[in-house]
Amino acid sequence: MAKILENKALGEGFYLLAAEEKNRAQKGQFYMLRAWEHYPVLSRPISVYDADGETVRFLYKVVGQGTEIFASLRAGEEIALDGPHGNGFPKLPDKKRIALVGGGVGIAPLYLAGKSYKKENPVCTVDIYLGFSGQPVLTDEFEAAADHLSVNVGGFVTDDIDPCAYDAILACGPTIMMKVLYEKCVKTGTDAPLYVSMENRMACGIGACLVCTCKTAHGRKKVCKDGPVFLGSEVFGIE
Amino acid sequence: MSKRLETEFAGIRFKNPVVLASGTCGFGRELDEYFDIERLGGLCSKGLLSHPHGGNDGIRIWETASGIMNSVGLENPGVDTFIENDLDWINQKDLVNIVNLGGHSLEDYEEGMEKLNRVDLDILELNISCPNVKSGGMNFGTKTEVARQIVRRIRGICRHKMVVKLSPNAEDIVSLAKMCQEEGADGVSLTNTFLAMAVDIKKKAPVFLNTYAGLSGPAIKPIALRMVHQVAKAVSIPVMGLGGITTWQDAIEFIMAGATVVQIGTATFMKPDISMDILDGMERYLEENGYENIREIRGIL
Repeated sequence: MAKILENKALGEGFYLLAAEEKNRAQKGQFYMLRAWEHYPVLSRPISVYDADGETVRFLYKVVGQGTEIFASLRAGEEIALDGPHGNGFPKLPDKKRIALVGGGVGIAPLYLAGKSYKKENPVCTVDIYLGFSGQPVLTDEFEAAADHLSVNVGGFVTDDIDPCAYDAILACGPTIMMKVLYEKCVKTGTDAPLYVSMENRMACGIGACLVCTCKTAHGRKKVCKDGPVFLGSEVFGIE
Repeated sequence: MSKRLETEFAGIRFKNPVVLASGTCGFGRELDEYFDIERLGGLCSKGLLSHPHGGNDGIRIWETASGIMNSVGLENPGVDTFIENDLDWINQKDLVNIVNLGGHSLEDYEEGMEKLNRVDLDILELNISCPNVKSGGMNFGTKTEVARQIVRRIRGICRHKMVVKLSPNAEDIVSLAKMCQEEGADGVSLTNTFLAMAVDIKKKAPVFLNTYAGLSGPAIKPIALRMVHQVAKAVSIPVMGLGGITTWQDAIEFIMAGATVVQIGTATFMKPDISMDILDGMERYLEENGYENIREIRGIL
């Protein structure tokens, strides 16, 4: 069990939870979170927002029974963290101009991604594009992790980006947002590979139950274990 | 671990009666990273078909009060890939290797069975109860005389010990179990998931593309327990009991109701090593109550 250091309401149903947990979590990975015994039955897969080896921070949005329980937790209480799971975002040592595109709570893994890419390759630039349906959250933190931050409220974040201006693009958000972005990349003929972090309902989170698999160009893949990060062309280029 | 939990099922020794249920543990590799799976009595593979199958589209999992509904639809790599990639690994483990076989047609079952006849495994679990495959499982598993055809055909060619996994959606699960005994099955396992439904009231549509899906977890435990009790009373072949077992107390209940072996399914999703908690609790219970072996409490009700 991990000790909760902070669980802060950010507005619009968003919360930022920090927990004491020794870890080697990488950008784009997730944990299975649980703060109850038997019910609800399933743990909740939540992206790593930030991790530094001693603590992990999770950005989540209250959407149901599980996240409602998370929102009620206080500093000093405990939460079960199982992870990190998943492949995470790829290393991109040769890419100079990187764009990160997030929509809604899908912005969660992009903060650590931005920080990590800057650290791995100090000469690269990282631009972050965030889309919100309501009041934006954590823009000051994202600003500090980006060379340029673009925030879209109420519109389409995919309108804001020119795919041809980048060497690699990474996205996390609603499936439709990632699909539109993929189509824009194809249409503009950018050379930048697009990586998307897929979300699917999960049961085990460790690759044993096949509940979360998605169709790809190479057959069905487990979002929890083979993903959550896939090439956009692998998942959206097959229809 | 003492010998208190050691048991025998159809002539096969289980070092303890705790088995992971098909579909909740893959082929064992993922869970082996959480605990030593050799502590288990046995493990049932993900349900296999002769050929690879992609399973169902749409939402595959939905939470309910004290349970989950699933509609995976037998996604699996096919018997050949299983034999190539996983069979040796699991056979080398010190546990009872139970391989679950399904089918979309009689010929499909036969083809899968013939492939599995050529390799070693401990028990074949014949799945006639998957509710998610429109063209197959459900039809085979609900009517005793329809099920008899498939059990007879596969029993006729299966060179392994064979357990038939029964559907709680059967018209008469006791008659189904008796039929399995008549046809020479070495045991039965019950229950699989209960056919259930959920509605998305925003979309005004069923949650699942197949409309119905399989309900599992603590919600079904009392009904599954009743069925295990009825079946264990009616047949002389041994019974593997499952359906919502989450705690060691649940497992003891199934043993008292007549199960020789218990399978843990959905509970593994709560905590990957929950089967070890169940195992330890059962051992402690026997010790504290002065039982030398678990058989002393089996079927006492």
